[in-house]
Amino acid sequence: MMEFDSVIMSRMLTSLTLAFHIIFATVGVGIPVMVSIAEFIGIKKKDAHYTLLARRWTRGFVITVAVGVVTGTAIGLQLSLLWPSFMQVAGNVISLPLFLETFAFFFEAIFLGAYLYTWDRFKNPIYHWLLSIPVVIGSSMSAFFITTVNAFMNTPQGFELEGRTITSIDPLAAMFNPATPTKVFHVISSSYLTSAAILAAITAFYIIKKKATPYHKKALKLTMMATFIFAVTTAVAGDLSAKFLAKEQPEKLAAAEWHFETEKGADLILFGTLNEENEVENAIRIPNALSFLAHGSFDSEVTGLDKIEEDVTPPLWIHYMFDLMVMLGMYAMGVSFLYIVLSKLKRWNENNKWLLWLIVLNGPFAMLAIEFGWIFAEVGRQPWILRGYMKVAEGATTSPHVDWMFLLFLGLYILLGVFCVTVLRKLFRNNPVELELEQRYPNISNRGDDE
Amino acid sequence: MSYELIGITVLWIFLYGYLIVASIDFGAGFFAYYAKITKQDHIINKLISRYLSPVWEVTNVFFVFFFVGLVGFFPDAAYYYGQTLLIPGSIAIVLLAIRGSFYAFENYGSKKSSTYMFLYGATGLLIPASLSTALTISEGGFIEESNGQVRLLTQELLTSPYSWSVVFLAIVSVLFISAAFLTFYANRANDKPALELMRKYTLFWSSPTIIASLTTFIAMSQHNQRHFENMLDLWWMFGLSVAFFLGALLFIYQQKRYGLAFIMVMFQFFFAFFGYGAGHLPYLLDPFITIESSVVNDTMGLALVIAFIAGLFLLIPSLILLMRMFLFDADYVKGKK
Ligand code: HDD
Ligand code: HEM
Ligand code: HEM
Repeated sequence: MMEFDSVIMSRMLTSLTLAFHIIFATVGVGIPVMVSIAEFIGIKKKDAHYTLLARRWTRGFVITVAVGVVTGTAIGLQLSLLWPSFMQVAGNVISLPLFLETFAFFFEAIFLGAYLYTWDRFKNPIYHWLLSIPVVIGSSMSAFFITTVNAFMNTPQGFELEGRTITSIDPLAAMFNPATPTKVFHVISSSYLTSAAILAAITAFYIIKKKATPYHKKALKLTMMATFIFAVTTAVAGDLSAKFLAKEQPEKLAAAEWHFETEKGADLILFGTLNEENEVENAIRIPNALSFLAHGSFDSEVTGLDKIEEDVTPPLWIHYMFDLMVMLGMYAMGVSFLYIVLSKLKRWNENNKWLLWLIVLNGPFAMLAIEFGWIFAEVGRQPWILRGYMKVAEGATTSPHVDWMFLLFLGLYILLGVFCVTVLRKLFRNNPVELELEQRYPNISNRGDDE
Repeated sequence: MSYELIGITVLWIFLYGYLIVASIDFGAGFFAYYAKITKQDHIINKLISRYLSPVWEVTNVFFVFFFVGLVGFFPDAAYYYGQTLLIPGSIAIVLLAIRGSFYAFENYGSKKSSTYMFLYGATGLLIPASLSTALTISEGGFIEESNGQVRLLTQELLTSPYSWSVVFLAIVSVLFISAAFLTFYANRANDKPALELMRKYTLFWSSPTIIASLTTFIAMSQHNQRHFENMLDLWWMFGLSVAFFLGALLFIYQQKRYGLAFIMVMFQFFFAFFGYGAGHLPYLLDPFITIESSVVNDTMGLALVIAFIAGLFLLIPSLILLMRMFLFDADYVKGKK
């Protein structure tokens, strides 16, 4: 029983740390892109509002980075502490991208320091903007590298296993495994989407509480455009991910879709419940849509759970995770589309209170979609830690003290979460936009009535 | 050169890099707190935050690089150390996390709360202490392997004189390295009062450093005879280390050439650290794993070495840029930018 306990506790601790880290990692990947865009527009249009936007976003970003870095260090160490046997195997095959990731971190860290402390040091502001490019590259590359590792866990290749010895290793084949393209595309795109959505939500919240100054209107327009564009790319990437699953990991798709019988022209099942005989009840059925999602044509055959052995079938509750993620993605696309349409129509006011509230909700929703997506992807891989090679239970530590460590880290993350929110709120409350605009750019007007 | 030698050399160099940059950071935390309780914070805290704020993330990456590289080059190390270091490792992570978030507070918090300053100072000493246990464990005698299970002998670890002498050495070295660097930095910034204070600290912490080194040497001879004798064979490295130490002390005492003095401190630790490391070989974890037995396969070894060289081409120019912006830009150091 001892061993069983440390496996469960290791899973819980890993899930806890990753679920917390992913929040900060996501904004860590996306916000540099938004900052870079805003600063660039500011320089091109000679509009100090955009420059100030970039400046203020960066300032908040520093705090989330700090938490991202410390939780990332935690998960990096925990991989060896909690999954020593897995890392022993993984180290032989997939350490290349992990190693490369540290170079991406280095690169990002160096230029982030340079970017932060040099706002007014250059005569030509374009030099300062250039410093944002390595930050964007560094953070997106670190997402790329870590995602290849996760892809490898889903579709391992590039080695042969004979007993406990590993032979014929090909690091590049391991890195560029079948899951890599779709996964990387989807992860990076959804990070950009989520960051844009969160920045839009904060802006909308401010407009509701205070007033719609030109600064805030510009911020909302920029972030909503970005939300829409990235929502579309994320949906495309998600669709490609589903097609990848149908081909390479059919058990994950079948479990997510409650698709029990292999058949042609399969229906897509939305929500619903399962009764004792594993029959679907109370669901919305979209005829033939699953076949389309899986293979791009309405009458193609989709592998069902009848073809999958029972002991390697993933838990069926991931269905809800999948549905929630997709719903929230559609919501993001819908809200941003509505905003864009209303802003084009002269008769309507896109800064209407109802719409603003929908935009505020979109921020937390997008982050929830990230969490649901990861839970779906990771639980959908169960019982494997390395699909087809090693089960989760074989990879875990046998140390009996993981439960205490779980409590320790739970306390730490609560502390970090509270601290992060407090500091962010203080930061922006003590230094309102109006004041900063006046101090830095005294000859620019920010009154709401001059448009 | 074989992959295991290249691998361990690269890792050891990065660990040495971490030792220097992290010591500066950890020690600064202690000095900042000490200055606050002795009401001297107005003298040095501005200096400390000006240098440290831009570089703390880089410091952290040195550490990440080391442990990721260790798993990459020596996957078996992940197994043995992973199984045994759960508790000390987790404690170190929590301390690092508290410290990392300090910087966010430091930069933007409205006022510096004294609890946080205390944590900042305390973690500066506790982190080196907890990280140094990994080196202690690597000497052997603290891990037991029975029926396929590896476990840490906590009792032995906590009662061993060797283990405590390493902790003591780690703490005083951190304070010495940090004080020597901040003396140099204060001098560049032309900050006379800070220079005086930091110079006093450097001289003060020099004698415990040398005493702790000697006690660790003696404790080592009791604990791991093999390693001790290997180190005696490398006596010239430790001799050079002491010579550089004395040279650095002389310059600082005479109030001149602070930059050179700090470089000599770096050499002092370079020779001691590499002498210690070379004597440790071939074991990664005495007596369970050697670098030969645990090294990664050749294909991955080659891939990692190529990645490393390519990475250096990216990093070295960027690091030079960063140093020119913050460390060697006289106007920035003096607070004019
Ligand atoms: C804002 C976040 C977000 C949104 C709106 C969506 N996804 Fe997603 N999804 C993710 C965030 C995400 C993720 C967090 O990035 C995941 C988890 C693991 C991964 O590779 O990406 C993911 C995984 C993931 C997978 C599993 C991939 C695998 O395990 O290999 C599929 C099939 C989809 N998604 C499909 C979709 C579809 C069809 C969407 C429709 C619009 C969608 N996702 C929207
Ligand atoms: C080196 C790469 C990775 C390893 C070794 C790893 C390993 C694991 C393991 C062992 C679990 C527990 C499985 C379970 O409890 O069902 C897990 C769950 C999880 N992982 Fe991964 N994972 C990796 C990559 C990632 C990445 C890049 C993410 C994204 C942040 C991620 C997100 C998650 C999440 C959210 C869970 C929780 C799912 C649950 O509730 O079980 N993982 N991971
Ligand atoms: C098993 C999964 C993961 C591991 C082992 C891991 C590891 C780490 C480590 C060690 C750090 C700290 C680096 C430093 O010192 O600067 C970090 C930070 C970071 N991670 Fe993760 N990470 C994981 C999942 C992810 C995922 C899924 C993403 C992106 C989608 C990501 C993106 C980042 C970014 C951008 C940072 C930099 C901090 C920031 O900008 O907020 N990580 N991660």
